Parts: sequence; C-alpha cells; structure tokens
Amino acid sequence: MTTTTAPTGGGKAAAATADYLDQRTGIGTAVKEFARKIFPDHWSFLLGEIALYSFVTLLISGVFLTMFFVPSMAEVHYEGPWATMNGVEMSEAYASTLRLSFEVTGGLLMRQIHHWAALIFMAAIVTHMMRVFFTGAFRKPRELNWVVGFVLMILGLAAGFTGYSLPDDVLSGNGLRITDGVVRAVPILGSYLSYFIFGGEFPGHDVIPRLFTLHILVVPGLILALIALHLFFVVLHKHTQYPGSGRTNANVVGYPLFPIYVAKAGGYFFVVFGIIALMGATMSINPVWNYGPYDPSPVSAGAQPDWYMLFLEGSLRLMPGQTEYVLFGPDGWTLSLNVLIPAMIVPGILFSLLALYPFLEAFATGDKREHHLLDRPRNRPFRTAFGVSVLVAFFILVLAGANDLIATHFQMSLNDITWVFRILFFVGPWAAFVVTKRICLGLQRKDRELVLHGHETGQIVRFASGEYIEVHKPLDAHERWLRVQHDAIRPIEIAPAEDSRGVRRQGYRLDRMRQRISQVFYEDRVEPVTPTELAASHSHGEHDALGSDQEKAPAQLLAEGAPTGGGRRLRSQDETDPDTRNT
Amino acid sequence: MKALAARRHDRRAPVVLLLLALLLTGALYAVLSPTSADAAPAAATADQVETGEKLFQANCATCHGPDATGRDDVPSLVGVGAASVDFQVGTGRMPMQMNGPQAPAKPAQFDEEQIAALAAFVAALGPGPAVPTAEQVDPALGDPANGMALFRTNCAMCHNAIGAGGALSQGKWAPNLWEVTPTHVYEAMVTGPQSMPVFNEATLTPDEKRDIIAFLDLQGEGAPGGLDLGSLGPVSEGLWAWVVGMGLLIGAAVWIGARSS
Repeated sequence: MTTTTAPTGGGKAAAATADYLDQRTGIGTAVKEFARKIFPDHWSFLLGEIALYSFVTLLISGVFLTMFFVPSMAEVHYEGPWATMNGVEMSEAYASTLRLSFEVTGGLLMRQIHHWAALIFMAAIVTHMMRVFFTGAFRKPRELNWVVGFVLMILGLAAGFTGYSLPDDVLSGNGLRITDGVVRAVPILGSYLSYFIFGGEFPGHDVIPRLFTLHILVVPGLILALIALHLFFVVLHKHTQYPGSGRTNANVVGYPLFPIYVAKAGGYFFVVFGIIALMGATMSINPVWNYGPYDPSPVSAGAQPDWYMLFLEGSLRLMPGQTEYVLFGPDGWTLSLNVLIPAMIVPGILFSLLALYPFLEAFATGDKREHHLLDRPRNRPFRTAFGVSVLVAFFILVLAGANDLIATHFQMSLNDITWVFRILFFVGPWAAFVVTKRICLGLQRKDRELVLHGHETGQIVRFASGEYIEVHKPLDAHERWLRVQHDAIRPIEIAPAEDSRGVRRQGYRLDRMRQRISQVFYEDRVEPVTPTELAASHSHGEHDALGSDQEKAPAQLLAEGAPTGGGRRLRSQDETDPDTRNT
Repeated sequence: MKALAARRHDRRAPVVLLLLALLLTGALYAVLSPTSADAAPAAATADQVETGEKLFQANCATCHGPDATGRDDVPSLVGVGAASVDFQVGTGRMPMQMNGPQAPAKPAQFDEEQIAALAAFVAALGPGPAVPTAEQVDPALGDPANGMALFRTNCAMCHNAIGAGGALSQGKWAPNLWEVTPTHVYEAMVTGPQSMPVFNEATLTPDEKRDIIAFLDLQGEGAPGGLDLGSLGPVSEGLWAWVVGMGLLIGAAVWIGARSS
C-alpha cells in the first residue's frame, strides 16, 4: 500500500494533521482499535443502518423546517399563491406550513423529504427489530440492548406523532382529538390529564407550541442519546453473526471497519439519503392544503394516521361502541371501555410482550450462556411462531385501520370487513402461530433428511440383482455444519417436589411453573442429527441399529461421509471444495 | 410533365397529406358534431314529452311502473324533476344493470336528446328541480376558497377531503368527484341521489353550490408535490413508503451485502 511509495503532498499534510491530533488527544489508539474492528457481512445487518441514516436525514431536513415554521396557534388570514386558501382564517402554524410549502425555495421538497424519512425511519426500525427477533440476536448479553432498541421504537412513535400534529390541519387535528379522547378515557384522572396536556379545554392555544418543543428538542435529544448507547452496546458486545462453517461463539468472521465498512456504510448513507430525496421529489406526502386549517367540527372520509399509528386506529375501529358504562348512578363517572381497551390495553399487551420477550425466553430456557451466533428461525419454532403471530395481530389492526379504503377499492361492505377483522384479530394470530410452528418443524425435518440422506440427484441405478435405487449425494462439510450446528433445546427438568425423606422442597412451585413454560416453548421439537445417527445412516442406511441412549453432541465434528444410495457408497468427492458443492 | 411527376414524389408528401387529412377530419367533426353543452336548457315541447314517455315505457316502466309512481323499494318519479333524470340517466346510473347496494356510474345508455326527452316527460309528471343553467355551474364564476370551506363542512366526511371518494355502510360508497361534470355535481346536490342528502337552497345557496363546483374544478389535476398517490391520505403514503422506500432500500442493502463476500 502507501507505505512503499513516497507520500504525496496531500498525504504529508494528512499525516501531519493526524500526528498533531494524536499527540494532543491520543486519538490514534481509538482510531486503531476502531479501524481494525471486525464486522460480519450480511445484508440484513444493514437494516438498522437504514434507521440511523433516515434519522440523520430527519435531523438535516428538520433543521431546515424549523427556520420557517412558526409554532403558534394565533389566528391569521392567509394571503398567498394557493387559491383555495385565500382569505381563509387559520393558525399561524398552518399558515407558515403553507408558506413553507409554496413560497420558500425548496421548502416543499424539504417537507416531503422530512415526512418520507419519518415513515422510512419507523419502517426501518420495525424491520430491524424483526431481524433481531427472528434470529435470536436479543439473547444474553444483548437483552438490555433489545430494551434500548424497544425504547427507541417508542420514541420514534412519539417523534412521529408530535411532528404529524404540528401543521395544525384538519387531519392532524383529528388525530389530536383522538388522543384527547384516549386521555380522557383514563379512569378518574382522564379529564384532569386532558386539561393538563391541552392547557384547558381541547384544542386550546397551547398544544402546538408544546408539541413543537417535544418534537424538536426533547424527543430527538433522547433518541440521539439512546442511539449512542445502542451503538456503544454493539461495539461492546461485538456484532452477532449467522451460523456457518468457521463461525463460532468465540470469533467474529468478517471484514475490518476500515476500509471495507467505512466504504460500505458510508456509501449506504448516500443511498438511503438519495432514495428518500427521490421519494420527496416525486411523491406527494401529507398535502395539508387538501385538508384545510383545523376546526374541531369537520372530519373527512379516509381520515387516518401515518402507518405506524394505524394499528391504534384499527383497534379503535374494531371495538364495539356499546362497552361504555356509567358507574355509581346517573351522576357517577363514565368508564369508557370502548376506548380504554382498544387504545391502551390491547397495545399495552402487544408492546409488553415485545419488550419482555427476551426475559421470558431466558426464563423458559434456563440458559445463562452468552450467544453470539444467530439462530436460524426454523430452529426455534416457538419463537418464530410467536413473532409471526404478534406481527399478524398488528397487521390485522393496520388493515382494520384502513377498512374504509379496503371497502371502496375492493367493493366490499364496510360492516362485513369490520366483522371479519374482529374475528380474525382473535383467530388470525392463533392460526398463524400453529401454521408457522408446523412450517418450522417441517423445515427442520427437511434439514435432518438432507443431512442423513443427502441431496436427491435424480439418478436411478439398477443393480445386477434387479434392485433399483436413487443415488443421493451427501452434503459437504459446509452444508452439513449449517444444519447440525445448533443446540437442541429440551424442556428443563426439575428436582422432585419432595426429597427422599418426604420433606417439601422450597422453590418447587416456581420450578414447576418454569417447567410448564419451558414445555410450551420446547415440547415440540426436531433435534439436529447426532454423529451416531449420521454414522449409522452412512454405514447401512438403517437407523434402528442405534442404541437407545442418544448422543447429545451434534454431528458437526464428523467430517466423514461419502455418496450413498440405499446404504451403499457409490462415489466419493472432496466435500470441502466449494466448487463441487451443489453440483 | 416529368418535372411535375418528380415533384409529386417528394418524400414528405405522405406526411403532409396525412396531416391535411387529419385536419380536415377534425374540422368536419367540429362542424357536424352536436354542440349542446353550451345551450341553455330549452323549454320542453309536447313533442319531447311524447318521445320521453315512449322511452320511459320501454326502458324504465319495468321497475318504476307504467305511471312512474314506483313500488316497493323503487322510488316514485313524480316530482323528482328534470335535474334528477339528467343526473341519474346522464351518468349511466339509470337504467340499473343489476340490483346492488348502490347503482354505479357507467357509460350513459342514451344520448343527450333522449335524456332531455326523458327529463321532459318526468318533469311533466309533477314540479321538481330543473336542470341548472350553464351560468349556475360555471366554475370560473365561483370562489374556490369559500367552496373548500363549504365542502369541508358539508361533503368531505363522505367524499374525502378533496373529493377522492370514500366508503359508506353496507357496501355503499361516496364516489370520486374529479371527473363529474359541474352540471351533474349541481344536480346531485339539488336532488340527493341514493345515499346522498339533499342540499336545498336553505342549506347551500346557488352561489355556494357554484363555489363548491369551483373548488372541485381545481382538484384531481395532480399535486404540487409530485404524484398524488390517489389523494387518499396516510394509508396510501404508508403503503408506498413500504413498497417503494423499503423495497429500494432493502434491494440496495442486498446489493451491498452481496459485494465482496
């Protein structure tokens, strides 16, 4: 590299600057450490980066918007180029949004970039979270980082919600009205909370300035701090990697940060920014001039929140309205279960499950080891099925939030759609759980089948005796490793309730509960092929010769194996040679 | 002679001839095609009523009855006026193709002359709203800003904020208004077809109706910010964010991840 060639003028200057900095800050050690940090390579590890880069895009475009937006609910009359708003009375917030869109050079582009980046930010967070969940990257030592990520998602929702409400148009005002309704549904405290938030009767004159402070200061500040913590944890724990030959719990197989990932990740920032800018330039988003200035009376058809809040809208739309009760006589207080259940209890349950899942799984598994190798989703059927069923529940709520658009675009009855979703909300997650679990177990059996019998080649051989067999090509070492490397997790076994002298054991009840949960998680399972099973299948193709005591060690260390067919060895190959794989 | 023949074979001759032929066809069409859009509705003649009655007996009486008084679930047409006929038949909603939650708009089955005859016949059954004059529905004479305010309080809850349409109960819907002619918009407000309420002169004055028409005239011609994505609000925006945004970004991530490894 450059060490063998004479340094250029620019190189000298850079070296001198670096040396100057190093002598004063000692930064060289940190740079050396970071530059040599190894990261594994996989496209799904870039999903979190989409979130990070769209957040940077949000910061940049957001700073531009604050230069022109006026967070005030003072009343003005609009005079400007947009014909349908001329002379209309509106708040300064709305008027400045119109001015920003139609009169400030590049203003509309920046607004649209900001809003698209917000949608992409949340979408990337959710996708990243799915990757982490389904591959088991949240296991020890990363449970805390999962929680940090979860809080970041909630903060992302908060940032989106506070920003969405700022332009003070009819649509976002409808959203605030729903918020007000949800707050009021809180038993006892409701009306006090509502007055506290809006500074008096809804909508008041305070809420836009308050949301503005939250949106540009508090929420992004918290997000920035937690992103720093999130990334610090990634460096501290090292990055997880997918299983494969040569990858163990104790190493990281990949490339150094410098120059590979500086180029890849740095380049990816521009890809993310570019795609968001392209969307902002070509696709209209949140055209507030269509909705008009906020006024509590009108609601237009198709009034919905941004996609990440749509599940809440759907939940409210599905809930039957009859569940509102007035307690303690006609002058008592109202218990609005029709709002409380869909807007607080249902999301509360779904989000709590998401946040606490790593701890639940650790409790059920009783596993205290560190995990740096990811799981293949099929190898953890309960977790995969659980994740899919939570996603299905969210997805049904999202669809229910769009029920009117489904009705008009697919020419169906709105009432029927609502009833179908009401039933699906309970049946769908359960069905998704069962189906996903069966698919996972099926894929695991397929893996076992492949390891034991090899690939089908389609070659039929007839022996002199008249017997036909199909030639099976055994897996090479890399393929086999991938399919047998994981641990078989079995339900935990506990000590009996009483010891040999009949004395009740302390802690038995907790153990019993834990065993029950563990059974739910791991009772149905397909275990990876053991070396004994593999050897047996290679020697004569009969499995019943195996002893009753199964070997616990998987077959990953067994490097033997030759093409087999009906128990006969037919030809050999160099199985570690990648060129001969899958031929 | 030879020179003339050579000139006749100019390479550009076919193009010029084609252009001339197209111009001639266009001019002929413009002269010969019926121009009734700008004509004020003339007073119905006895002849028209007679033609209208024939058309009615042949096409409408099956459901509405020979005397147009309707029966179970079929409205009487006495007193609905010419405006109602012009709207229902002019937008193709009537005659209905089949029973359903709502009669959909479709290509009109009758030409303008026939519709005018039908309208004249129904108007003769009893007094009702007339077809509006061209001046009453001229978007250029309305105030779009006032129209939007009125639209927001009276129409947007069913037809969407800028008239993109929306869902009603039991499979009914409020249609998109962008392609509806100003006359039909006015007639719909006056007569309240299907699930729509009637906006009489006390609710919306004729001037206010014209303001709404002026507002609608500005909609559906694209958005200042680029593609309008159907003007359906955040659901379609979210769908596009996932399909286009996340689709492209994950595609790029797969591409970057595939390099070097």
